[in-house]
Amino acid sequence: MSEIRKNYVRPLDIKHGQIDMAHGSGGRAMAQLIEELFAKHLGNEFLGQGDDGALLPHPGEGRLVMATDAHVVSPLFFPGGDIGCLSVHGTINDVAVMGAKPLWLSASFVLEEGFKLADLERIVRSMADAARAAGVPVVTGDTKVVERGKGDGVFITTTGVGVVAPGKALSGRYARAGDAILISGTLGDHGMAIMAERESLGFDSPIVSDTAALHGLIEEMRASGADIHVLRDPTRGGLATTLNEIARQSGVGMMLLEKDLPLKPAVNAACEFLGLDPLYVANEGKLVAICAKQDAELLLATMRAHPLGSDAAIIGSVHEDAQHFVQMTTGFGGKRIVDWLSGEQLPRIC
Amino acid sequence: MKFIDEFRDGEVARGLAEAIRREANPARSYHFMEFCGGHTHAISRYGVTDLLPDNVRMIHGPGCPVCVLPIGRVDQAIRLALEQDVTLSTYGDCLRVPASGGLSLMKAKARGGDVRMVYSSADAVALAQKHPERQVVFFAIGFETTTPPTAVAIKQAAALGLKNFSVLCCHVLTPSAISSILESPEVRQWGTVPLDGFVGPAHVSTIIGSRPYEFFAEEYRKPVVIAGFEPLDVMQAIRMLIRQVNEGRAEVENEFSRAVDRDGNRKAQQLVAEVFEMRKQFEWRGLNVLPYSALRIRSQFAEFDAEKRFPLDYASVPDHKACECGAILRGVKRPQDCKIFGTVCTPENPVGSCMVSSEGACAAHYTYGRYRDVA
Repeated sequence: MSEIRKNYVRPLDIKHGQIDMAHGSGGRAMAQLIEELFAKHLGNEFLGQGDDGALLPHPGEGRLVMATDAHVVSPLFFPGGDIGCLSVHGTINDVAVMGAKPLWLSASFVLEEGFKLADLERIVRSMADAARAAGVPVVTGDTKVVERGKGDGVFITTTGVGVVAPGKALSGRYARAGDAILISGTLGDHGMAIMAERESLGFDSPIVSDTAALHGLIEEMRASGADIHVLRDPTRGGLATTLNEIARQSGVGMMLLEKDLPLKPAVNAACEFLGLDPLYVANEGKLVAICAKQDAELLLATMRAHPLGSDAAIIGSVHEDAQHFVQMTTGFGGKRIVDWLSGEQLPRIC
Repeated sequence: MKFIDEFRDGEVARGLAEAIRREANPARSYHFMEFCGGHTHAISRYGVTDLLPDNVRMIHGPGCPVCVLPIGRVDQAIRLALEQDVTLSTYGDCLRVPASGGLSLMKAKARGGDVRMVYSSADAVALAQKHPERQVVFFAIGFETTTPPTAVAIKQAAALGLKNFSVLCCHVLTPSAISSILESPEVRQWGTVPLDGFVGPAHVSTIIGSRPYEFFAEEYRKPVVIAGFEPLDVMQAIRMLIRQVNEGRAEVENEFSRAVDRDGNRKAQQLVAEVFEMRKQFEWRGLNVLPYSALRIRSQFAEFDAEKRFPLDYASVPDHKACECGAILRGVKRPQDCKIFGTVCTPENPVGSCMVSSEGACAAHYTYGRYRDVA
């Protein structure tokens, strides 16, 4: 990032300005955008190096975890958050559920010509706040501009790097028959917040996205000494899809108890109204934990003691099943499969 | 959730299950068809069959709007999108119904067709208002429940003087489908489909009332119990059907009295009569061509009739050879009896229409109940 001679360049008109093709050209306009908007808010010692990549200290003992996530949510601003903080939380969570301590993020922006600079600043500010609160800085980034009509305002891809102590990595392969299944809180808040915000539906709701970084909660869960086998954040496709992934990876079956699933009444009602199943609706600040049965109560108490796990619940158990079915005892008293999500339940939610 | 949880209460369900077990005669079996896909879905999703004794069997009926939609009609909608360059709007489930040439509306969209999912017919009218430069066609499907909103949309478009809105009308009539099943040789002559009664439609009956079913009860001696779409409604209706069978009665009873009366919604009926008239015949998937079984738009609203506005000849297209949707819709076969069920035909790649909608018998069994086939 070159130092521009401020006297010769009019500052960015953030209030009324818009992105144009020059902001992605590699020239002075781009340098100015980076300096006056991205670096201003996201700035830290690594980003400040101004090179093509960030030069980072060796994280010490253990193995590295790297995860990446593209964010294309529509609308960009929704109750409880926006694409900016979402792109920070989502990637931090992907690193953290591997058992790793998230260290650094990269961020790549695809901006659409005509996008308002005021909106972009709001998004970048939100990213910066989220990264600062999480203690995980954005250390390198990239910006591209596409012609009007070829993007949807802004797409953000973030990549996260973390470190996990030797022998402490978690995987979806480690669920065992007999294990308990826990969820850290209510289901479907993020997906329904987005859904309610979509203008075509025309209803108001008190539902707020649960977008949050979970590494603090995870740290306490691991410190509790509970024998945790699997952690995963049930984002797209919801709890149902996440459990099916784990069941297949671990080669096991699962049985859920519908009556124990935590659900906010407003989310439940909105799902009912729209004919959606909250098991398939996205979360952005929840995690599924699978642990040894004897540690389930200890883990539950630890989760509930943390603000992001206050509604945590034990929702089922793992058993042997050659078909790897995830099943559920319904509140009604019958049994059914909780299948993979088929097709698309919601358009673009993260 | 108030007014909903009461109808899904596990305690009450166990009580009802016990009553059904007590009242069902162990010396005989009972076969009831739930007409509606809404019932099929509730039965599968809540595991109602787990609460029924072995001698009470449920047969899935044809009351799933996208399941009875013949390929030829979906082809028409696809041609509108791809050849006539219209904005084609329809309900979500319609998008995945398999059509000719490996296409569906969703695949037509990927090929560049302007296909939009809407939540209501009013959204389609709004789309036409918003895009006066585009011809907007609403692909209207469904039984009597979705017909009045389509009528409203057409009247609204007329009142607004919209020149770019029309409807591809594929609305069908429930009583025709029930007659077709009762008249089928499997039920009437061969007895290969034992049928002791119907769980009657819920939402459809709020519109047409319970009166239209009286003919079936009297003429065919089949009990009908109209039931809501909640699992306790279904259980209660089954108990009422068992009682009728045990007592040798064949009457129309109404379990869904909180929403349905004998005459139905007169206002909606008038609206439908004002905008639509009977088609002489209409092809259904699985039930073939049925006389006076569907609606078309009256000539006074002809300018909103997509079949008149665009060159759209109807061509009947046979189902995939191995697909058993027809037999499944008539209750002759069960989803798991179909050779391609769960192998070639899955919710991700549906071959037949019953695998598309969550109300379809195959999709419901695949999604919620297929563990029973393995165990």
